Amino acid sequence: MPKDSGIGASSKRREDVRFLTGAGNYTDDINVHGQAYVHFLRSDIAHGRIKSIDTSAAEGMPGVVKVFTGKDFEGVGGMPCGWEVTDKHGAPMQEPPHPILAQGKVRHVGDPIAAVVADSLEQARDAAEVIDLDIEELPAVMNMKAAAQDGSTLVHDDLKNNICYDWQLGETDDAKVDEVFANAAHVTTLDLVNNRLVANPMEPRVAVGEYKRGTDEYTLFTTSQNPHVIRLLMCAFVLGLPEHKVCVVAPDVGGGFGTKIFHYAEEAFCTFAAKACNRPVKWTSSRSEAFMSDAHGRDHVSKIELALDADNNFIGLRTNTYANLGAYLSTFSSSVPTWLHGTLMAGNYKTPVIQVNVKAMFTNTVPVDAYRGAGRPEATYQLERVVDKAARELGVDPIALRRQNFVTQFPYDTPVALTYDTGDYNGTMDKLEAAADLAGFAARRAQSEANGKLRGLGVNCYIEACGIAPSNIVGMLGARAGLYDAATVRVNATGSISVMVGAHSHGQGHETAFPQVVADMIGIDESMVEIVHGDTSKIPFGMGTYGSRSLAVCGSAMVKATEKVIEKAKRIAAHLLEASEADIELKDGQFSVAGTDKSVAWGDVTLTAYVPHNYPLEVEPGLEETAFYDPANFTFPAGAYACEVEVDPETGQVTIEAFTAADDFGNIVNPMIVDGQVHGGIGQGIGQALLENCAYDENGQLLSASFMDYAMPRADDVPFYGVDHSSQTPCTHNPLGVKGCGEAGAIGSPPAVVNAVLDALNSGGKAVDHIDMPVSPSRVWAAMNS
Amino acid sequence: MYNFEFEKPSTIADAVSALGGEDAQALGGGQTLIPTLKQRLAAPSTLVSLGGIPDMQGVCIEDDGSVAIGGATTHATVASEAASNYPALAALAGQIGDPAVRNRGTIGGSLANNDPAACYPAGALASGATIITNTRQIAADDFFEGMFTTALDEGEIITSVNFPVPQAASYQKFLQPASRFALVGVYLARFADGVRVAVTGASEDGVFRWSEAEEALNKEFRQDALTGLNINPANMIGDLHGSKEYRAHLVSVMTKRAIEACM
Repeated sequence: MPKDSGIGASSKRREDVRFLTGAGNYTDDINVHGQAYVHFLRSDIAHGRIKSIDTSAAEGMPGVVKVFTGKDFEGVGGMPCGWEVTDKHGAPMQEPPHPILAQGKVRHVGDPIAAVVADSLEQARDAAEVIDLDIEELPAVMNMKAAAQDGSTLVHDDLKNNICYDWQLGETDDAKVDEVFANAAHVTTLDLVNNRLVANPMEPRVAVGEYKRGTDEYTLFTTSQNPHVIRLLMCAFVLGLPEHKVCVVAPDVGGGFGTKIFHYAEEAFCTFAAKACNRPVKWTSSRSEAFMSDAHGRDHVSKIELALDADNNFIGLRTNTYANLGAYLSTFSSSVPTWLHGTLMAGNYKTPVIQVNVKAMFTNTVPVDAYRGAGRPEATYQLERVVDKAARELGVDPIALRRQNFVTQFPYDTPVALTYDTGDYNGTMDKLEAAADLAGFAARRAQSEANGKLRGLGVNCYIEACGIAPSNIVGMLGARAGLYDAATVRVNATGSISVMVGAHSHGQGHETAFPQVVADMIGIDESMVEIVHGDTSKIPFGMGTYGSRSLAVCGSAMVKATEKVIEKAKRIAAHLLEASEADIELKDGQFSVAGTDKSVAWGDVTLTAYVPHNYPLEVEPGLEETAFYDPANFTFPAGAYACEVEVDPETGQVTIEAFTAADDFGNIVNPMIVDGQVHGGIGQGIGQALLENCAYDENGQLLSASFMDYAMPRADDVPFYGVDHSSQTPCTHNPLGVKGCGEAGAIGSPPAVVNAVLDALNSGGKAVDHIDMPVSPSRVWAAMNS
Repeated sequence: MYNFEFEKPSTIADAVSALGGEDAQALGGGQTLIPTLKQRLAAPSTLVSLGGIPDMQGVCIEDDGSVAIGGATTHATVASEAASNYPALAALAGQIGDPAVRNRGTIGGSLANNDPAACYPAGALASGATIITNTRQIAADDFFEGMFTTALDEGEIITSVNFPVPQAASYQKFLQPASRFALVGVYLARFADGVRVAVTGASEDGVFRWSEAEEALNKEFRQDALTGLNINPANMIGDLHGSKEYRAHLVSVMTKRAIEACM
């Protein structure tokens, strides 16, 4: 029987009422009395040296409050990078400055050069048009392999080359790796591209900076996934402001997908300009600006080699990846191709020798950072594509080949730095085979062929590492932040509860799922519990939402704080019931004395905590507890996905006929929300696999700069999904036994789609090894006819 | 966008007069013009809306059976009101953009803009339509002069479009994945006196008639008639979404599908 409330219930998302009835409060809905508007003049060339900027005409334009250029920010810091990667020779990564407004050079189309603050946005735009720029255009550094060569044009003149770091993980002895490959019975090699993506949340970024002269206090309203992180970075590294004088508020946020993790120049600008202009300053990104200023995702070029012995056991894996970081280091960009990518190259398999090599490159493109999955999709795609290719080359069943090489004993130490605590990859694959009716595929293929279509089946596995932690380990790996989270459980006198959480909800459904946990622990109705998030003046110092961490990390902090609340409440109840604290039991919102019929209700105890007339003198009044939680390990969600496609042999058009996901997320709080998270992730994965492509030309002009050329997945591009999460091996090290579900769909789905297309083509007699994403009709047709 | 004056006349004469002003610009449904203005890529002094002129609205059937469509008629109206008399044209209108676009965009605006990937130019050219303006009648064969270029003079307004109704017709549109304009669209119309095939989305020169296919189909109206006929990729559009060769290939595939639909 499905539960109807508490942990395990598909409680309806309470926040959807306001989202669906137009009652949300997004950052652009916030207007501060007297606010001015900023328009950023952005570079329309990819690379150039600024010779002069004359703003005098702009300053005289109607409505103009002030015009800013890079010179105005020479006294403050640049945008920081939150993770220092050490290269394979022990040297720190090259870390160029990232000014708020360009200084000396422009380095990508969209790089902000000047900012005009005016009474209206149109006046600001008018004035920006008369800024006189003299910029000497330089050759654009676009191709990563060419950029790595000696003598390449430099994106940053003060660096020794365009390589941010040359990083390695796993086996350091090249000769040993060579020997494994030399002794292999079979080696499968694949060159592939993980296409650059633009996250495109429905809500573009917005920032409103406010300064109160009377109290010397700042408020930044911003579209962020982690307001405390923004406050810390902006205060400590960029503007040099005291944290206690700065409040960062991220109200309703209309989708993040990673791109709203980062501290952006526009946020620091609006905060800075609010004081400089003595007026609130508002910026709302246009969609066009979003394409050229939101951090992009993915953009890896990789070669992967898999060595197998005569029995088809995986004996070695080697990868060489060029990872595009764009023109500057975005906040967490350096961690994505390394610790979020290299560490995942073992996948679900017990390959004994693995070597991962990553060159991270500066180019004249928009900075690249985490996007839903962040490094793990890039790892999964390489691995699951090369395994599929190996199965085809060897003429063996791709599922059997995977099963043969699965990790089956846990905990498992991978050769790439992780310890998988738990999992059941065969069990999850069993669930997939049943849920996707793989036994019936042959009949479905025959039906498609009768209709003149080629049908393909793609299956793959994935593993991801979520809830990045613990802080002491990530600190050793170069993280400049802790990765704990925090929650305060404030019980009100009448028994209702406000839970202040460090996690931020921007589509994940925290406002519904988190109360389910607290209500379940106490035995009260979910409606008595409310989540407060997104405002640094209200919540404890938490690290926000990314990496599928909210429930596993912040939820654990919330459980710890709730346990403290219950413990204290039991002491009060024991006093009221004149019993020993050890004999008090809490069930269904009633404290009772074990073995008796004596009880007192939750609400009576909470009222007593705040009206402590009949009260244990040794206990403090009130009922409010805070907990910080730093996980002992990552969590390791894993799964198996199956995609069935039809390919039109005349046009190369691919249609997704079926998509089934079997995931092991450990314990589940709200199955409906988990379904929705998986649906959304798969939708974005299908988008990457079939449609989305952020493309530049050789001069660094963004070709896909609007929805006219950047293909977002629409409802009719995706099928009804089959989602099964009944394979459950609970996480061994957090109190809820949860693993995280937010990114799985985006990680697991691209290889399933591409594997399916290749299966379809090969079934139709077209010997095609690989097609790079997006697998567009044009590319499929070209591959079929090459 | 830049500031502009706005006028919404109720007669064609008043519209023509308003468009006589310096840098005045006609506004149909605004589905191209408004985004262009928002990006500050155009700066008209006056926008003259053609949406308030009753004489330019609606679909009617002429005595000779042809379908006359007012220049300011929306795609959604054509999709519903032309469905019984000219179903292939109604189907074309019903596939343009999304409902919001179809409820704003107009046939006159689409033809006057002559986007190389728009649908209506193929429908008009294959149907041998007559574009009627405030001053003259222009045969579709003379109207389209290349990408975003037409025979219209400055200030000239498309007041209506007259479509002869063929015995059979079909529009086959292969979608550009992002914009869902035609990557290649082929409109085939079969009249008693011959077949007309018009192709949109494919050519650097905008909509064009595939005369070799027409000749072959006039001899023998079946798919096999196209065997051996190929579009020269040289003049095709090659971009992010498809090479020149791919577009040339799609012209053949879409034409064959149109033939099949007309059988």
